[in-house]
Amino acid sequence: MPVFILRRLLQSVLVLFFMSLLVFVGVYAIGNPVDILINPQADQADIERAIAALGLDKPLWEQYLIFLRQALLGDLGKSFAYNIPAIQLILERMPATLELALAATGMAVLLGIPLGLWAGLAPDSWPGKLIMTGSILGFSLPTFWVGLMLIMVFAVELGWLPSNGRGPTTELFGVPVSFLSWEGIRHLILPAINLALFKFSLIIRLTRAGTREALLQDYVKFARAKGLSNARVVGVHVLKNIMIPIVTVIGLEFGSVIAFAIVTESIFAWPGMGKLIIDSINVLDRPVIVAYLLIIVSLFILINLTVDIVYSLLDPRVRISEAKG
Amino acid sequence: MPLRRFLIAVAAAFAITVHAAELRIGLAADVTSLDPHFLNVAPNNNAAWHVFDALVHVDANARLIPGLAQSWRAIDATTWEFKLRKGVKFHDGSDFTAEDVMFSLERPATLAASPGPFTGFVKPITAKKIIDPWTLQLKTATPYAMLPHDLDSIFIVSKKAAAGAATEDFNSGKAAVGTGPFKLVRFARGDRIELARNDAYWGAKSAWDKVTLRILPADTARIGALLAGDLDAIENIPTADLTRLKTNANLRLKQKVSWRTLFLHMDQYRDHPPHLSDKSGKPLAKNPFKDARVRLAISKAINRRAIVERVMEGYAIAAGNLVSPPVFGHVDALKPETYDPETAKKLLAEAGYPGGFALTLYAPNNRYVNDEQVAQAVAQMLARVGIQTKVETMPASIYFAKARAGEFAFALLGWGSFSGDLALRALVATPDAEKGYGAWNWGRYSNPKVDALLLQGFATLDETKREALARAAATLALKDVPVILLYHQLASWAMKKHIAYSPRTDEYTFAHDFRPK
Repeated sequence: MPVFILRRLLQSVLVLFFMSLLVFVGVYAIGNPVDILINPQADQADIERAIAALGLDKPLWEQYLIFLRQALLGDLGKSFAYNIPAIQLILERMPATLELALAATGMAVLLGIPLGLWAGLAPDSWPGKLIMTGSILGFSLPTFWVGLMLIMVFAVELGWLPSNGRGPTTELFGVPVSFLSWEGIRHLILPAINLALFKFSLIIRLTRAGTREALLQDYVKFARAKGLSNARVVGVHVLKNIMIPIVTVIGLEFGSVIAFAIVTESIFAWPGMGKLIIDSINVLDRPVIVAYLLIIVSLFILINLTVDIVYSLLDPRVRISEAKG
Repeated sequence: MPLRRFLIAVAAAFAITVHAAELRIGLAADVTSLDPHFLNVAPNNNAAWHVFDALVHVDANARLIPGLAQSWRAIDATTWEFKLRKGVKFHDGSDFTAEDVMFSLERPATLAASPGPFTGFVKPITAKKIIDPWTLQLKTATPYAMLPHDLDSIFIVSKKAAAGAATEDFNSGKAAVGTGPFKLVRFARGDRIELARNDAYWGAKSAWDKVTLRILPADTARIGALLAGDLDAIENIPTADLTRLKTNANLRLKQKVSWRTLFLHMDQYRDHPPHLSDKSGKPLAKNPFKDARVRLAISKAINRRAIVERVMEGYAIAAGNLVSPPVFGHVDALKPETYDPETAKKLLAEAGYPGGFALTLYAPNNRYVNDEQVAQAVAQMLARVGIQTKVETMPASIYFAKARAGEFAFALLGWGSFSGDLALRALVATPDAEKGYGAWNWGRYSNPKVDALLLQGFATLDETKREALARAAATLALKDVPVILLYHQLASWAMKKHIAYSPRTDEYTFAHDFRPK
């Protein structure tokens, strides 16, 4: 296991290195933040001074080497537009995004697995059919449209929930969270539903397919023949066996929820990282773009590692030390 | 039931006071920093104007009015004297004096790592002298009429609070000590700015005890929040939603002609500009834009009324000037070019292009209201007089770098200016990096007479004479059709019925301009 983790870490460093190089070249190819941010009335001397102050007058390779040296010391640079360290900028937005992602994933798992099981155990009953039809809608409706409808119905027409924003935050182990107050939860409900909808449908479908397949397996028949209760057959034997693909998908989806919550965050004005990255791309704020992508890549690596470890716990046949990467 | 009536009365009174005391505004762009000298972009300045003042202010019609300076005058050709307002207090209770002004004028140059510095506004000042705590003399190397105007852009911070302060100190509020109508309570980056009324403000006090500026760049989020009652007012309404909001009985809509003018630049300096050919794709013998008849023909081929009514849904006015009507230097006699495709065709034939030619019109697609659609409309109108027009659009972050590099021969640009001569200097004066002229003259139109009039104007310290010179320069330049003027945008705001608002030409959204009705 330690060898496995070590190898993973080494690979991660390589990935991070290439990622930063890609972003550097990409942003360099697009243009220059000074062209966008400087006052149009500024003269040539001011423009050149600003470009030099940000180090953008140097050749690309030199800029990249400076970045690498600073990065090794743990400094990813200061945001051009915000004038504060990029890492700080991202970390202060991260709790909001994580909170939203966890709420959405939690909702999707807690509702999706039971409903998927139900649909898998009774595929021909009307609730089973209803669940499947509902999941098709969850798949096919675009997120931004669902978000707008949620706002129109629950905030504008009914007035039950706030239309956007994050509620008041309180510190929990030094992290500002909003789900501890009723007001905070009220703000969380709509964006979390919007973000959860797709994963929810995905989990229902995976669980149903897995259940239907597992029910035909010999071990289920054997368990039933042994006279085990239906609850035990389904709750222990079936569920445990169908969890492996579901855990993989939940892990990957959790990563993508964090990285791509952008649409939901903008519609609901949720002050998370998604909004930050869009703003930063618009003004070519390279330090923030690089730092953001590096953090997201690290997050994916971490999630994949966790998924692999959870595998081995669920399925004793999987031996992590033997896995090839 | 006296008790019940009493309770209802109390509840009603409470509800009204609570309502009247707090204002929540939805802003359309992110505020990156509350350091008023760090980054010169409109959203940051908009936020800074709530907490800070400048020596000179600008009124709703973009004209200069006294701010922290009660008056100013030129005492000789190169010296301006500013009389400061007495008895003004900073938010921390300390007095405002000439020392704070000196400090604030010097601070922009100390902030090196800014991609959009304020240094251009203080550069003309060669010497500063404090005569007494409320009198300040500023010297320039040459006679410079724009100084009071430039000082509208330099926010006055407290020397005591801001000495040695970093951007973070302004964001946290420690250094954000100004004289403005509101005190900073909290800045939650990317989310909101909370403000409290400054009861000691020297000017008209705000009607609101508490103001929250919410940052909501997504149009749908802003409009949804207003409809749901989570906000009291919002800025920057997309044209598609204006009609819907207008018919809503609970809301009120306010508009004002913005200082932003949209127009098309034409390459008038290269013999063979890029993306310009005859209809079969072969290069033209010469650059048609160099012929004033062709430029006039293009202008006559454009139906501005149709663009205003159809594409902009009525939220623009056709332009005959580089600056919009209330602005300094606007010439009322210059009317929008009349739509006359027949004359346009005749002019093209006279110029040697009876069959027209082909070109590509470039435009940004996320910078101005409906920019891409406007470009499409222009292209169709040009096609009708025989100029085959292809449209290419791209995000602003790519567009402006390419435009500056001279990659476009025919391109859309929007420009906001506080005065006609400034607009002329940036857009149609002969490009000269030394003097700072023609920095945005992409087409490099050049007319020495216009340059001379501008030069004379900027050295004329008398406002009336300067405005006359600015008008003369505009009349002279626009006769040559150096750019194709399209329209002036209208800026719009929406608010709840019980709130009144006086909109501004410079598109700023100030909480203190809202009042309960």
